[in-house]
Amino acid sequence: MAEQASSAHVAHGEGGTRRDFLYIASGAVVAMGAVITVWPIIDSMNPSQDVLALATIEVDLAPVEVGQAITVKWRGKPVFIRHRTAEEIAEARAVSLDELRDPQTDEARAIKPEYLVMVGVCTHLGCVPLGQRPGQPKGDYNGWFCPCHGSHYDTSGRIRKGPAPLNLPVPAYFYLEDLRIRVGEAGEPGAGGAEGASHG
Amino acid sequence: MTTSDAKQGGLIGWIEHRLPIFSFLDHAVGSGYPTPRNLSYWWNFGALAGIVLVIMIVTGIMLAMQYTPHVDYAFASVERIMRDVNSGWLLRYIHMNGGSFFFIVVYIHLFRGLYYGSFKSPRELLWMLGVVILLLMMATAFMGYVLPWGQMSYWGATVITNLFSAIPWVGESIVTWLWGGFSVDNATLNRFYSLHYLLPFLIVGVVVLHIWALHRFGSNNPLGIDPRGPQDKIPFHPYYTVKDAFGLGVFLVIFAAAVFFFPNYMGHPDNYIEANPLATPEHIVPEWYFLPYYAMLRAITFDIAIPFTGVVVIEAKLGGVITMFASIFILFVLPWLDRSPVRSARFRPIYQLFFWLLVIDCIVLGFAGAKPPEGTWLIIGQLATFYYFLHFLVVLPLLSVVERPRPLPASISEAVVKGGGTPLAGVRAKPMEKA
Repeated sequence: MAEQASSAHVAHGEGGTRRDFLYIASGAVVAMGAVITVWPIIDSMNPSQDVLALATIEVDLAPVEVGQAITVKWRGKPVFIRHRTAEEIAEARAVSLDELRDPQTDEARAIKPEYLVMVGVCTHLGCVPLGQRPGQPKGDYNGWFCPCHGSHYDTSGRIRKGPAPLNLPVPAYFYLEDLRIRVGEAGEPGAGGAEGASHG
Repeated sequence: MTTSDAKQGGLIGWIEHRLPIFSFLDHAVGSGYPTPRNLSYWWNFGALAGIVLVIMIVTGIMLAMQYTPHVDYAFASVERIMRDVNSGWLLRYIHMNGGSFFFIVVYIHLFRGLYYGSFKSPRELLWMLGVVILLLMMATAFMGYVLPWGQMSYWGATVITNLFSAIPWVGESIVTWLWGGFSVDNATLNRFYSLHYLLPFLIVGVVVLHIWALHRFGSNNPLGIDPRGPQDKIPFHPYYTVKDAFGLGVFLVIFAAAVFFFPNYMGHPDNYIEANPLATPEHIVPEWYFLPYYAMLRAITFDIAIPFTGVVVIEAKLGGVITMFASIFILFVLPWLDRSPVRSARFRPIYQLFFWLLVIDCIVLGFAGAKPPEGTWLIIGQLATFYYFLHFLVVLPLLSVVERPRPLPASISEAVVKGGGTPLAGVRAKPMEKA
């Protein structure tokens, strides 16, 4: 069969035969069919609709006192909200961008400087850093410390020391009211969304 | 049974004529499989690994009948197995410790291969199939450890799946896909359960290929020289079936001691705390058999940049991941790194020394992996990681050229019967005699 085809190919010169065309055309259709068949199988492992439906939460910031931090669960992950003191804000803003591994100003990381909102998942390998509760180690920069592999974050949640490559990510969120936020959506453009600050 | 038995009549003969399964088995593990006569107890560990695989599959299937793969019920269903299911504690402790013992057996099997040069021509594919089995085992063990849904299960799964986020550009999407959500959650637990059930059967498939490749040229042996003829061989059955059976007995005594008297010794107490996505344990460690790789993962604490430009080519996180995977993938090319034509370390005095240095290095990596990556242990881990790759990439290719091996014996029977001297007069006349 193959010998016949190749001899036919030689007989017809450079252009190939109609049989060659059929081989390539049917091969291409089979390959496309395989991709179309395999994709739903792979895609079925992506987040399902019920998982996506729970993708936003609302948080009331009013009960959080100055210097206090709360942790809320969003998409199965902890979100850290710290009501920062004036010193903590000043400390975060005094840092020169040259000193940072992942340069980002504190202004770009908080819509209202008093309330720092970020995903409490270490950007190294996904542990939850310590520093939310009183008495927990806050690391060398008075922010958060990841116990797994020793990453230190500052009072703006920026990586300062250790193996993590990036700052703690700021999720997309916006203020519904003065002290009420929705996490998981950026809100109206120009309404103070923090989308630009997110590392995704 | 011998091949000639299979040709006899009766039920066996009737079946054999239609499906030659008896002669097939005879050639695979019976008297029809000639084997080098000088195999030591280090050659027990292949058969032992196969038996442990069967033990794991049988206990695993029984556990699957009692286990619930749901984040709300998984932890409780495992506790129910321990307390309420008849002999459930026994099945779980056998399965739990069986995992550790599987790795003990396979690691000994692997280092046996390294010492006696079993990976060398013509057994390269046999060796590479073994590395595939090791990788499948690691994936299976990792996913199995997640199922009890304890703190170490959850955080181990989080750390390991996050490794994939180090891949440039598509890393985050891959991790979301692996999780089936935005964190390790119910979808993740379900798919890990499904895959944990599937992978052992893939391992069985690759084991069949591994044994097939083994039978092509037969076992290597402690001398590392090819058998010259029938006087160098004895039939697998009964000589090695009985030797393997004795080894199995010794193994089962030790295994039973672990199962009955220190079943949690190789586990971690934090895994008896139910998974909590909002609180990371103080110190996350994988199971002991992953510690050396974990040390390598954490040894890369620096970005790799183009000198004098500061342009980062590989971030520390990606560097650690690459290093960890490379430590196993380097085994695939080992037959082409060690070019020495002499297989057995018995005749390679310098290689022998470096082999033991590698063993020590892997143990040091194991200890470094168990400690937090700070201070002295971080530096020890980095040095040990460096040495691991130095061994494969520099020492082995160099030794292939500079080392002068000791003279090899003329044949297996000569070395076995006379202890390395000239052959006895009667050797060739009595090939089947016990050495």
